[in-house]
Amino acid sequence: MAEWLDPLAVVVVLLNFVALGASHLRTVIRAVAVQGVLLGIMMLLAHGGISVPLCLVASAAIVLKGVVIPRVLFHAIREVSIRREIEPIIGFIASQLFGAVGTGLAVVFARTLPIEREHTGLLLVPASLATVFAGFLIMATRRKAISQVLGYLVLENGIFIFGLLLLEAMPFLVEAGVLLDLFVATFVMGIIVHRISQEFSTVNTKVLTALKD
Amino acid sequence: MALALILVPIVAALVAYAIPWNRWRPLVLPAGGLVHLVLAVAAIAGPPFTAFDRWFTLDPLGRLFLGLVSVLFFLCSLYAPGYLMLRAERMNRVFCACTLLALAMMTLVILSHHLGLMWVGMEATTLACGPLLYFNRNPRSTEATWKYLLIGSMGIALALFGSFFLAYAALHAGLESTLLFDDLVREAPQLSRPWLHAAFVLLLVGYGTKMGLAPMHTWKPDAYGEAPGMVGALLAGGVTSCAFLAVLRFYQICHAAGEAAFARELLIVLGLLSMAVAAVFMVRQRDFKRLLAYSSVEHMGILVLGIGVGGPATFGALLHLINNAMTKGVLFLSAGNIHRAYGSKSSDEVRGAIRRLPLSGSLFLAGFLAITGSPPGGPFLSEFTILSGAVSTGHFVVTGLFLLLLVTIFIGMGATVLAVVQGNSSEQAGATDFHDSLLTAVPILLFMGLVLLLGVYIPPPLGSLLREAVQFLEAQP
Repeated sequence: MAEWLDPLAVVVVLLNFVALGASHLRTVIRAVAVQGVLLGIMMLLAHGGISVPLCLVASAAIVLKGVVIPRVLFHAIREVSIRREIEPIIGFIASQLFGAVGTGLAVVFARTLPIEREHTGLLLVPASLATVFAGFLIMATRRKAISQVLGYLVLENGIFIFGLLLLEAMPFLVEAGVLLDLFVATFVMGIIVHRISQEFSTVNTKVLTALKD
Repeated sequence: MALALILVPIVAALVAYAIPWNRWRPLVLPAGGLVHLVLAVAAIAGPPFTAFDRWFTLDPLGRLFLGLVSVLFFLCSLYAPGYLMLRAERMNRVFCACTLLALAMMTLVILSHHLGLMWVGMEATTLACGPLLYFNRNPRSTEATWKYLLIGSMGIALALFGSFFLAYAALHAGLESTLLFDDLVREAPQLSRPWLHAAFVLLLVGYGTKMGLAPMHTWKPDAYGEAPGMVGALLAGGVTSCAFLAVLRFYQICHAAGEAAFARELLIVLGLLSMAVAAVFMVRQRDFKRLLAYSSVEHMGILVLGIGVGGPATFGALLHLINNAMTKGVLFLSAGNIHRAYGSKSSDEVRGAIRRLPLSGSLFLAGFLAITGSPPGGPFLSEFTILSGAVSTGHFVVTGLFLLLLVTIFIGMGATVLAVVQGNSSEQAGATDFHDSLLTAVPILLFMGLVLLLGVYIPPPLGSLLREAVQFLEAQP
């Protein structure tokens, strides 16, 4: 079943570009949600056999990343009534181009790292590095607080892909802990996004400049 | 024992959350802190223990950090009821519960010998501290909380990435892939070098963000500037120290792998950079709480610098960890009192603090003298140890820069602190009717007493704890 991993990894990387290039926040949330579901499926495929804890953690990942977190975010954008990222620091086309360069560099860098024999030929390492980079790019170049949370989620997804290589070795407790943390982080950030909109009547983090030297 | 240490604060947090009376709820903090302190002392004095298949272990380094965090938390918790009584108009349910949760999670970080679990603890600490920063519920604290959560989460995500790289380094070396600390140290010499190097860089940047090392320190001035003084003390002395422990764990793996030179270079560079950035921003810094934040950046820099220099400086760095935490207790709590009395934290408006608040003002001044390395404060002794370590290991350029930066910081910090404490009371002094009271002054006096004690005399139990920790850190497999 591992032969399905690579095509899915490619889809995940393509979704990075959707997230990088879309101005509608709903599109970005959906892209990140689909990414989350794919990661859960990849988790089932990457493991040799199916076991109960594996199924539990994988379905938890799918439910959290694919359903719960997107709902929290949809709720947040409804609450603060924004639809799109208006003026990113780098334009959408430009950030897609940067993303492409980053993906290329990720492939080059992944080649310099020694890979286990059973993992050679798999695209997981470059896909992971490229997704982490895309997440960074979104966090750093978007002004809306929600977009920054979405960038963080993409970043986490990238790390999750790398985690697939270690699935045999990582006890599921840690994976579960990581998922829980991710959820709580999104939740807490969602609350703060709401507060930002209440106090500043906008969710542009551009207004968060009272504190400086 | 491990479970009790973590569960006691969690239970206390639940109790605090359940208590309906705003007035009495803060008393849970000192109660929880006291039980934790008693348990911690028993654990430190008792034999070493491990639990849950070696996922929890109290090693010599952990003893030192556990003692530090527990003492710091207890003294801060003594301050809490007095402080929260002054803020009676605010609901403190979430505040009390999250403070205790932060203690539980710091304990988890210290005890866990599984790097994934340690990561979970560190991230949970970040999340527990978010609501603490937000206590004042104004736009400024919203901004500070947002930056703290976002930058902290980003750093911690990188740390997770680094932990995965480390596990892969073990996998690639044909070892059973593991994130158990003891296994990694034992098998360190066989770890795959490219993965180990990449992992260390990611981990240093990740946990360095939580420590507040430059250039990842940008959350710190905002967070410490807007947080209540007590939260500042807990962050600057406790949470950042736990992040330092995480860095030490990975340094230890590198050391055991024979890659200490690689790690040390990075630590020295980051240490000096942090001190330099702090020095630049401390000169002409008018906001005295932000000033303390930059002082924290500086001292985190000194800690990693001490480890990077090695030799006798390792002992100095661990001693400095204690001194820094205790002195930060003095500074943040007294700064909090001054802030409360004047309703401002800018040296333009706050003057003559010694006249307005004789006790808090003098303690703030004494804390400043101690933290900048004046004898007989504890930091003098530890900074001197690091300095002599740098000379004896032949790091002459580092020694020169270290001294230069210390002097710059002394002058920069002195200008603001002296402006705040000296002179006639400014008009702003009448802004509130806050006065030093037993509840808000005694914890600071206790902190100051410890700082002075550590400057002239290191109690033998602490001395042996420090020596064992150094031995443990530099042990070869």
